Amino acid sequence: MTLMTKPGVEPLRVEPEAIEEAAKLLYIRACKILPDDIKAGFARLDGSETDATAKTILATMIENIGVAERMDNLLCQDTGIPIFNVFVGRNVQVDGWALKQAIAAGTARATREHPLRSSVVHPITRQNEHTSCGERVPVINIDFTDAERELRIEMIPKGSGSENGSFLQMLIPADGVAAVKRFVVDRVIQAGGKVCPPTIVGVGVGGTSDLCMHLAKIAATRPLGSRCADKEGERLEQELSDAVNALGIGPQGLGGDSTAFAVHVETAATHITMNPVAVNIQCHSARRASATFTPDGIRIGF
Amino acid sequence: MTHHVLPMPITEAQVRELRAGDTVTLEETLFGIRDATQIHMFDRGRRTKFDLNGHAVVHTAPNLRKVERSGTNHSGYEAVCVGTTTSDRMERFTRPLMEREGVRIIIGKGGLREGSLDAFRDLGGAYLAVVGGAAALETTWIEAVEDVDLDDLNPESLYKFRIKGFGPLLVAMDAHGGSLYATVNAEAARRRQAVLEKLGAA
Repeated sequence: MTLMTKPGVEPLRVEPEAIEEAAKLLYIRACKILPDDIKAGFARLDGSETDATAKTILATMIENIGVAERMDNLLCQDTGIPIFNVFVGRNVQVDGWALKQAIAAGTARATREHPLRSSVVHPITRQNEHTSCGERVPVINIDFTDAERELRIEMIPKGSGSENGSFLQMLIPADGVAAVKRFVVDRVIQAGGKVCPPTIVGVGVGGTSDLCMHLAKIAATRPLGSRCADKEGERLEQELSDAVNALGIGPQGLGGDSTAFAVHVETAATHITMNPVAVNIQCHSARRASATFTPDGIRIGF
Repeated sequence: MTHHVLPMPITEAQVRELRAGDTVTLEETLFGIRDATQIHMFDRGRRTKFDLNGHAVVHTAPNLRKVERSGTNHSGYEAVCVGTTTSDRMERFTRPLMEREGVRIIIGKGGLREGSLDAFRDLGGAYLAVVGGAAALETTWIEAVEDVDLDDLNPESLYKFRIKGFGPLLVAMDAHGGSLYATVNAEAARRRQAVLEKLGAA
């Protein structure tokens, strides 16, 4: 017999009702308040931009951030595909099935009660249930962390203009890292203004096909200023950030220096026969919100 | 670079006066249109009750709140957040929108392609760029959602907005073959080789 509970330590218990409330709050908050790191990113680009049209466009984007906050309105009309990243720490007790139901219920309530535009449809009939929910949506990613008695829920309303800027290629080892770099540069050129630059270009390198694209999404939605944990990946980030910003695409694809806030890279080990690369792009309205549950209560942030 | 204030609708002569790089502010009326709207209008043969002749359409699907129909509000909606979506997906609808419905101006983000540029030249039209993702600001230019058609497609219905000071918008594609996107894309293609060489990836 193995022990099913650890004696002596009271686990953090999170009730589904609290998760539903948090999911609702986070979806609305994410749509309205841009994270501090993205605001700082705008200030940095505004300071370095040399093109007059680009500077005007950046100024409009910065003005919009203020208008949204003052008028308590959405930053962008695209409420996106709702994504929830759930990070379960150690010694946390949660009913996983109830958690999934609660996230969907909170998402639907935000959509109906705010109201938000439901941007989610059946992929074949194109039927919209007006709940921002559907089969396998919200997208829920669950991972486990070493944080003691902490459950963190991160909400990302992923805009579609930039999500349509998603590309995967199963390169081969003989193509080398040069082909990975070429792929990123060429996809940024291909995406042009369609992905609402300045963007965060998320790049996945390695893994399987599905993991590679997931890495690109993690990279695209990471806070500005964060670095790839892998040293080689981090080096690629700097090189590729300089490269894409030398293309002259600029804000909204209308020319300028500010094509991307940054290129972010995430890596995973891969197969001896494989060299996969994926690009997933985040638009300038790089929205996130998070709720962290601990024994002390709930902390709302980005 | 000229700034134009255009109370909608306008004539062919007026739209041909716009040049890439000019700025425009629209007044009075603007129609909201989207992927599903145009798929139903042009692929499935549905017709709208609105007269779009000489008008501007914006590539959008708004966030709306249901209200009572009253006075000049025939839609039963008020705007929560109205912003502009990526135009490129709707490229193939530019010419039919102009030929069949008489639309003169398309407002969007990210630009349209060669086919649209040809249609603007042949028929007299222009593409005006709004700053995408700046929807809270754009919403302040919308006075009312006056009317709606094809509303079974909600939120991708055809909307009639009453606007005030909608702009400034940038003339990004004009009726004389001018396209800021084509210029920027050609420049990016030109710079590509040097960028790849610096990466050791040429």
